[in-house]
Amino acid sequence: MSVPMIRLLLSDDLPRSRILAVLLVAIVVGLGVAPFVTSGPRALNAAATICVFIVLVASYDLLLGYTGIVSFAHTMFYGIGAYGVGIALANMGPTWWAVFSGLATALLVTLVLALAIGLVSLRVRALFFAMITLAVASAFGVLASQLSDFTGGEDGRTFTVPEALRPGYRLVESAFLGRDIDGRLVTYYIVYSCSIALFLLLLRVVNSHFGRVLLAIRENDFRAESLGYRTVVYRTLANCIAALVATLAGALMALWLRYVGPKTMLSFEVMTDILLIVVIGGMGRMYGAAIGTTLFILAQNYLQSGMARASEALAAVPLLAKALHPDRWMLWMGILFIACVYYFPSGIVGRLRGAGK
Amino acid sequence: MSDAIVPAASVELPGKAPDYAPLLLVPAVAIAMIPLVGSFPAWVTLTVAGLAMGMMIFIMASGLTLVFGLMDVLNFGHGAFVSVGAYAATLALLPLAGWASADSIVTNLAAVAFAIVVAMAATGLVGWVFERLLVRAVYGQHLRQILITMGGAIVTEQLLSVIWGPDPIPLPLPETLRGAFVMGDVAIEKYRLLAVAVGLAVFAAMFLVLNRTRIGLLIRAGVENGPMVEALGYRIRRLFVGVFVAGSALAGLGGVLWGLYREMLTPAMGGEIVVMVFIVIIIGGLGSVGGCFIGALLTALAANYAGFLAPKLALASNILVMVAVLLWRPAGLYAVARR
Amino acid sequence: MAEALLALSGVHTHIAQYHILQGVDLEVPSGGMTALLGRNGAGKTTTLRTVMGLLKASRGALRFEGRDIAALATPEIARAGIAYVPESMAVFSDLTVRENLVLGARQAKLDPQRMEWILAFLPALKKFWNYRAGDLSGGQKQMVAIARAIVEPRRLLLVDEPTKGLAPAIVQGLVAAFRELKATGTTILLVEQNVTFVRSLADSVAVMDDGHIVHAGPMREFAADHALQERLLGLAMGAPA
Repeated sequence: MSVPMIRLLLSDDLPRSRILAVLLVAIVVGLGVAPFVTSGPRALNAAATICVFIVLVASYDLLLGYTGIVSFAHTMFYGIGAYGVGIALANMGPTWWAVFSGLATALLVTLVLALAIGLVSLRVRALFFAMITLAVASAFGVLASQLSDFTGGEDGRTFTVPEALRPGYRLVESAFLGRDIDGRLVTYYIVYSCSIALFLLLLRVVNSHFGRVLLAIRENDFRAESLGYRTVVYRTLANCIAALVATLAGALMALWLRYVGPKTMLSFEVMTDILLIVVIGGMGRMYGAAIGTTLFILAQNYLQSGMARASEALAAVPLLAKALHPDRWMLWMGILFIACVYYFPSGIVGRLRGAGK
Repeated sequence: MSDAIVPAASVELPGKAPDYAPLLLVPAVAIAMIPLVGSFPAWVTLTVAGLAMGMMIFIMASGLTLVFGLMDVLNFGHGAFVSVGAYAATLALLPLAGWASADSIVTNLAAVAFAIVVAMAATGLVGWVFERLLVRAVYGQHLRQILITMGGAIVTEQLLSVIWGPDPIPLPLPETLRGAFVMGDVAIEKYRLLAVAVGLAVFAAMFLVLNRTRIGLLIRAGVENGPMVEALGYRIRRLFVGVFVAGSALAGLGGVLWGLYREMLTPAMGGEIVVMVFIVIIIGGLGSVGGCFIGALLTALAANYAGFLAPKLALASNILVMVAVLLWRPAGLYAVARR
Repeated sequence: MAEALLALSGVHTHIAQYHILQGVDLEVPSGGMTALLGRNGAGKTTTLRTVMGLLKASRGALRFEGRDIAALATPEIARAGIAYVPESMAVFSDLTVRENLVLGARQAKLDPQRMEWILAFLPALKKFWNYRAGDLSGGQKQMVAIARAIVEPRRLLLVDEPTKGLAPAIVQGLVAAFRELKATGTTILLVEQNVTFVRSLADSVAVMDDGHIVHAGPMREFAADHALQERLLGLAMGAPA
């Protein structure tokens, strides 16, 4: 790949730091070859989750880091995408037609809701908006649990995916490097490539004129307004774009998990995870979403066993042992989160870029 | 503060009539429900339950709305104080298990009162740490406020799990507070009456402090125009800490009452109720204690009536009430803070 | 020559990216009234707010009674003896007139003698004593604000356009109030557009334009020099009363 092509692909937003560039390449390549350098379902699941969450977190960063809006409704849009595809597949049978019509419906619902929330609430102050999105998302979560005939209620629903994506399907008869070339692999690479595409799309958005106006609005909305930019329009557009991308991420996740449920897709835990990653990775930096997500999910999956060992070793000091128990993973994330809000507003990526100059 | 300085008012000038409309909302809704519910005993049960829940929510929310009005700080971690209060109550009630299981109402109430004092002190302390460590650094920066207070809430909840364990803890009601007063067909739960009484007492106390004391005067003026109060020579920054701590202590009190109501504690219990608290303070008008009171009662009553009449609607009833009130008064029932 | 009560030298103030005060040198002598005149946007209100600490000067020195007040917080500046009556939103609307005045008394009690004296030249306050300040008219609010600022004796009073939008009858009441204050030794720094109002009251005058002082001197001389007035303010003050 020549440099001009890379610039075009990345919308001129180069990593500008050796370490960052190396990390990003490692992530892209690592995720690309993950099925073949790991074995077993758990690692692949982690990889797929990383792909989807990079997109989800990046779309949230568009709102938080670039436009300066705190919204708690993001998981709602993610859930809409997941449930859209899931319910369509469950009710209409495992066809590609179901997938796309479910997706289309989900995108439409998202658009309507995002517009409604945007136009109604973005005229009010940030605190007000945050509270309202919290209330709306919470109501939506309750709704999803209540309409159990439709959504499967608290336990969610499993469904069958189109044939090409099923574990039993074989694209190629023989195995390759220890992995069967089965439906799971096909699904994985669909998730992988779509995630990359969506990420690059977001890069293009934030590096366009639109993106620059968003940054200007975030810095000083009065000024932007006086320069002739209708801030409400820009904010609403940003809200819609972020929501739509989140919906697509949800759809991908549903295809991968072959399951939708409120805990996995609509819960406040997901929202907190997104917030943690965005802040720790770096607000207002798309690459922060990539690095942050990878670190977070890897840590969530693999660090916890380390915590378990430390906890056992410290059994003599009960309080400390309990604090290091793997279930208390959120405690340390929370502390790291606070530290980042305090000291590193630009997160890991900001530090790297600052150091790498 | 002498009124003797000025001769008794001579000329009566027409001032603006006080704003009574919101005060009528709660009685109006309650009465309107009688025909819909049908049976009087059922209505009484629902109404008392709604009032009790409303009082608890009011107690939890009152501190939050005052802190926002005065300091322009919205503590997204307020739910953590509720949890802390409930858990701190166990510190008092478990040693006093003897008092709690005694058959005398005085002893039982004494146990609860002691638990409340301990809980409020503990939560006040946590609130002080919160303000000192987290909030003080982000005055005026709303985005970082939201993030940092959420972080604080996460850490607090996790610490509760570390200290008390993540599993639910039972918090049994003292003996004499169980059960209900029965009058004919109508049954009124004793504990709910207690909650209503405590709520009214808290409201009365806040009203008196805000309207009859100098501190209350400073708070009311500060909610309206903080810099002007400073320009009169008052160091209201110090007042901020006091109000924040008081607000947290109130949330702790709400936590105790609610914990006893559910007879079960979980670290995330505060987080579960915090959405309702936010809805209530939006309905009431950010900064208004009176609005918060009415908003809390209204929301809780609506949830109870909806639960009886249209169960599927019940959990969305909060949002519906919020939308309805905002359509009538976009800044909440009593818009106070001039922001 | 006695040292000035309030002295600003080389004060710069920025609001966001706007450079409002661009090197203000101002001396307010002790006793009497100094009028701060100038066109809209010249920076008069910003000057008062900077003195009061509501805005932080980015550069320059502010001294009050010889003390450096540039680094002090607003409550400390008020406690040093400076009172501020802003142009708008001075009174607390939700509080009664009485409560507003009580806030002006940091001792928490209103001195009856002082109140009598204030009520003598602002009698309307008696009528509205228990009324919500927000229900009063603009002029009445202005009176409450001024009364509140002087409920306790102050060394320096900063007043921002007190007569703006007021009926002439009320303005007369204010003239009486300021005369009384001057008589008791309170120094007043008054920002005004109503030059007729200040001509009879002020002892010295300073004119601001574009963020700095373009003229300073005794009022008598300024009032007599019509050409100077035209040049600096775009209008003349008219014949003496």
